[in-house]
Amino acid sequence: MHYSLGDYVLDIAQNAVESGAGTVRIDFAETEESFSVAVADDGVGMAEEELARALDPFYTDGKKHARRKVGLGLPFLVQATRQAEGSFRIESEKGKGTTVAFGFPKGNVDAPPLGDLPGLFRAALCLPGDHEMTIRRTRSSPEGSLSYELSRSELSEALGGLERADSLALLLGFLASQEEAD
Amino acid sequence: MAKMTLEQLRKLREDKKQDLTRREVEGKEIQVIVGMGTCGIAAGAKQTFDEIVKAVDEYGLGKDVIIRQTGCMGLCYVEPTVEVVMPGMPTVIYGKMTSEVAKDLVRKHLVEKKLLENHIFDRPAADIMKK
Repeated sequence: MHYSLGDYVLDIAQNAVESGAGTVRIDFAETEESFSVAVADDGVGMAEEELARALDPFYTDGKKHARRKVGLGLPFLVQATRQAEGSFRIESEKGKGTTVAFGFPKGNVDAPPLGDLPGLFRAALCLPGDHEMTIRRTRSSPEGSLSYELSRSELSEALGGLERADSLALLLGFLASQEEAD
Repeated sequence: MAKMTLEQLRKLREDKKQDLTRREVEGKEIQVIVGMGTCGIAAGAKQTFDEIVKAVDEYGLGKDVIIRQTGCMGLCYVEPTVEVVMPGMPTVIYGKMTSEVAKDLVRKHLVEKKLLENHIFDRPAADIMKK
């Protein structure tokens, strides 16, 4: 089971990238009462039958590795949202893409902790592939309001790539600075 | 920390590049590949990734080391797993990684060029290892 909200987001973002998406968008909204996340891609999408099976923990599409017998990412998330009285929605259309949206009420004792957001965003932006990723983060809470948008291609250009360790170290510092209230 | 702009990030990157000694690294790059499938994430792969980036940068190897993520490598029972591909060393997959083990991996494997024996879960055959 994943520990933080960030772990669930990274898992779903990886699914989006692995679906062959050209574009992945992550919207991460925080209010005083809740966290809401939506991960949308324009990848291969799923037909109705595939969508129904995607939430089965004992189903996998067989593409990850030969011995794999389970597909746990989405079932983990569904279980976590149910446990914390949160929300979960998945929509998909074959050939068009998939959107996974979920949320947790902050006040529920079973809601996962936020986790390390700069680290999460760095890991998501560095998922391998030729896709573009955009992350939009907003917060309106007593801790202060903020709003920023990150683009994988822009950050890659600014850093000369997103693979060298020195670039990754600079990227984390940049992402941490974005969490300053507006 | 004040909010950084993309332009400031570019400048920081340029300043850092100029500080580094020019070295011929073409074809001699070190690759560290962190398994980041569902099993890896659940076991703490992101923390392993973060610690490896930090340690590599602290040892001054940032320009020579490429750090990548991959999906599940099939060793779910010993996640988090990390594959290290380094010229002059056998390619190995380490498992049961933690933040502390990640620091040891960077120091021992990348800097001292010795294997982290207690955490090897996949490596070439013994005859190749002896070479």
